[in-house]
Amino acid sequence: MEALAKEIGIPEGEYREIVQRLGREPNRVELLLFKVMWSEHCAYKNSRPLLKALPKEGEAVLQGPGENAGVVRVGEGWAVAFKIESHNHPSAVEPFQGAATGVGGILRDIMSMGARPIALLDSLRFGPPEEARSRYLLKGVVSGIAFYGNAIGVPTVGGDLYFHEGYRENPLVNAMCLGLLREEHLKRSRASLGRPIYYAGAKTGRDGIGGAAFASRELKEEKAEDRPAVQVGDPFLGKLLMEATLEAIELDLVEGVQDMGAAGLTSSLSELAHKSGLGVELHLDLVPTREEGMTPEELLLSESQERMVLVPKEGKEKALEEVFGRWGLDCVPVARTIPERVFRVLFRGEVVAEVPTEALAEAPTYVRVGREDPEVRRLRETPIPPLEADPQEVLRRLLASPNLASREAVYERYDHQVGTRTALLPGKGDAAVLWIKGTRLGVAAKVDQNPRYSRLHPRLGAMHALAEACRNVSVVGAKPLAYTDGLNLGSPETPEGYHELAETIAGLKEASEALGVPVVSGNVSLYNESGGKRIPPTAMVGVVGVLEVDKRAEMGFRRPGEVLLLIGEERGELGASEVLYLLTGKEFGHPPRLDLGREKAVQEAIRDLIQRGLTRTAHDVAEGGLLLALAEMTFPYGVGATVEVREEGLEALFGEAPSRVLFTVEKTRLQEATLLLEERGLPYRVLGETGGKSLTVLTPGGVLEWSLEELLSAWKAPLREVLDG
Amino acid sequence: MRWAIVRFPGANCDEDARFALEKAGIRAEFVWHTERDLRGFDGVFLPGGFSYGDYLRAGALAAKSPVMEAVRRFAEEGRYVVGVCNGFQILTEAGLLPGALLANLNLHFTCKEVGVRVERNDLPFTRLYPRGQVLRLPIAHGEGRYYADPETLARLEGEGLVVFRYAPLKDEADYNPNGSLHDIAGIVSEKGNVLGMMPHPERAVDEVLGNTDGLPFFLGLVKEVAR
Repeated sequence: MEALAKEIGIPEGEYREIVQRLGREPNRVELLLFKVMWSEHCAYKNSRPLLKALPKEGEAVLQGPGENAGVVRVGEGWAVAFKIESHNHPSAVEPFQGAATGVGGILRDIMSMGARPIALLDSLRFGPPEEARSRYLLKGVVSGIAFYGNAIGVPTVGGDLYFHEGYRENPLVNAMCLGLLREEHLKRSRASLGRPIYYAGAKTGRDGIGGAAFASRELKEEKAEDRPAVQVGDPFLGKLLMEATLEAIELDLVEGVQDMGAAGLTSSLSELAHKSGLGVELHLDLVPTREEGMTPEELLLSESQERMVLVPKEGKEKALEEVFGRWGLDCVPVARTIPERVFRVLFRGEVVAEVPTEALAEAPTYVRVGREDPEVRRLRETPIPPLEADPQEVLRRLLASPNLASREAVYERYDHQVGTRTALLPGKGDAAVLWIKGTRLGVAAKVDQNPRYSRLHPRLGAMHALAEACRNVSVVGAKPLAYTDGLNLGSPETPEGYHELAETIAGLKEASEALGVPVVSGNVSLYNESGGKRIPPTAMVGVVGVLEVDKRAEMGFRRPGEVLLLIGEERGELGASEVLYLLTGKEFGHPPRLDLGREKAVQEAIRDLIQRGLTRTAHDVAEGGLLLALAEMTFPYGVGATVEVREEGLEALFGEAPSRVLFTVEKTRLQEATLLLEERGLPYRVLGETGGKSLTVLTPGGVLEWSLEELLSAWKAPLREVLDG
Repeated sequence: MRWAIVRFPGANCDEDARFALEKAGIRAEFVWHTERDLRGFDGVFLPGGFSYGDYLRAGALAAKSPVMEAVRRFAEEGRYVVGVCNGFQILTEAGLLPGALLANLNLHFTCKEVGVRVERNDLPFTRLYPRGQVLRLPIAHGEGRYYADPETLARLEGEGLVVFRYAPLKDEADYNPNGSLHDIAGIVSEKGNVLGMMPHPERAVDEVLGNTDGLPFFLGLVKEVAR
């Protein structure tokens, strides 16, 4: 067995640990159970000790990390379940199915909480768009998301997309889902003693065997042989499963729900038992299969999609079977909870595996010593050289650059309205807003992360990610309640990789404490590296907030003659900025400093301005700086502006800095708005006025002017060419 | 006033249709795809989505489902049938409306707001719109390119059966989002009681959604019975 352990990549130390916990040598099946359950993907071996430090408590939190998704209370008895999850490795090998099943998986996590999925957001990272492989991956991933999300009828309302050399070999595909539920319908992965456990949904096949373990190692050259580890999604079956599951919950037929995701039956059943403080006896002969002659290993490890585990309430077994039968789905008891805390597996009348549930669920953890990559430090400390550039030209080129160009060509392929809850369509605001029908409540969501900041300063980069996602949610008028984090990094087994992991989590902790926004769910994807090159540390932070839906702000100028103000400093910084990359082709310098106290105050101020009806137009100043933000505000309604910038240089026009928000106010209410900002001690400036068909900027160096048409066409074309080309 | 919304497995605009019908004050009830009796209903709504996964061809399997026999009789009796998006595809697949809906010319699913001109307003669905008004309505489909042979097209045009046509919202040249022949977005049967359209009026019925151009469509159905 020890030889087999070595062959399938179980480290020697872990093998000894397995033998010790069992008090004997494991058999072949048991060894494979440990292999998948102790994979980084399932067990968080390297991240768990670090993640403990994150704040998880909050007034709105109904369910924190540890379940299928986090849940926050939003008001009037409603709650929102949400989580982000990665599907990076499958998407690198087979982008269409990898992305599609990523969407399917996160939807089932949300359903497991008793929530109806109401929105999807996707965070995508690829290599440079001019390279054929990046285009192939982008097209495949976008098609896969559209294929699954559109058909199952959950709108894709937002996300973010970056191109960066660091993702050339290791693209990232993270999907976030929000679900709506009544507080009293909240479900968990629990079962009481002696209850039958039902298997529901698609039949089990040989696809995706060992996917969780696959997700936890570096991508190697021979990718073709990994194909069987990628699952195949069926949104039609997914839709039936979703409706049947939600109907069963609505009818109060179940006491516990668990999706079957990574590591299939093994993970869902052993975790359900472990969380319930019980054991489970699984009869593999009862599992519905779509192929003949499947072995116990295959049945246990298959990651066939569209499957759930349900525990009916006593006496509701028949009713549960009827609901699933009506939707044309298998729903059969395959296991039962038992008092001995073991995961016992029977096949053809014989026990083929029997392992303590705790031994499986509580994998050994590792605390390592990290060390900063000296190359990262060198880049960060490289001084910014004097830059000469014509701002007139720079804005057009920035608007057309891969990370700032319009995302319309992508989101047009997603149904972003099905469900008739989308109150802010993609491209209209800094965050998506979903309406809770029957109330005047709205839920805002946004996911953010900047690879340049994070690469050059992992800790600060993670702080920026959370701060910016909260800012975007605040700028539409919503109060951030909690976040979910998708941590995507390289191997923790190198000191540099571990350092980045530790620093990223430390950054989240610091920002989370300062902003008062706890984490409720998340996902960790490590080993995103090939040939010794790690991806930039990438903490995709998804924030959910709540607002009065009638008091929401959009980003576009709507009417001429409104006064335009900037909260925050006029000058930004050039380190790690998009304009620096545009002009030098390099990424270096120190990312912008972040004062979390100021950040919090700015967010509160803009929410207050929106609440009091002083503004309906607000926009965060992010990558590309002030001029880029102004250009973006002219696009939705084709209304221009004239502004005066007092500071000189590229830092003022295109420099980047957090804690900055642009907004407009009617002239008659200007004083009310400025008073509010003064009372809070926030710096602000009246920049100018909306109106006209151009963007006109008076600078100390002269007047800059662009027609809205030229800016719009520069901005809209590039990504469309990439996707359609 | 009572309308049935057919729930095909895989339909996903069923709740949206109910929302819009109820907003107009119409009692809307879900009817399962195996139902064979539609007595007692004033109209039937075939919602959008991916019925039976849209396997084979969009709408092809749904067209053969048990409920469609009842829908056919319902239509023959002159009662109202509306199919939106996948519902329109089902109606053409079932032969209740002529023509077919092919893959968009851009070959991918497209979700956006488009201009839709009201070509006739002597029908309950359109009676509350001025003729020639260009509505702003969402589309969300991969197979919405209306196609029919030249004789059928001539007949549709000659008998005035084209109810909705894609049209510029401002002055954009590429206003036809899918390559539909004659810019056709929606047609009606000769008797004027079976309507199919690709745009989604049910997604444009509330200020919160930023669009109310679809609301008169549903209010028009109410007025019909009150008359």
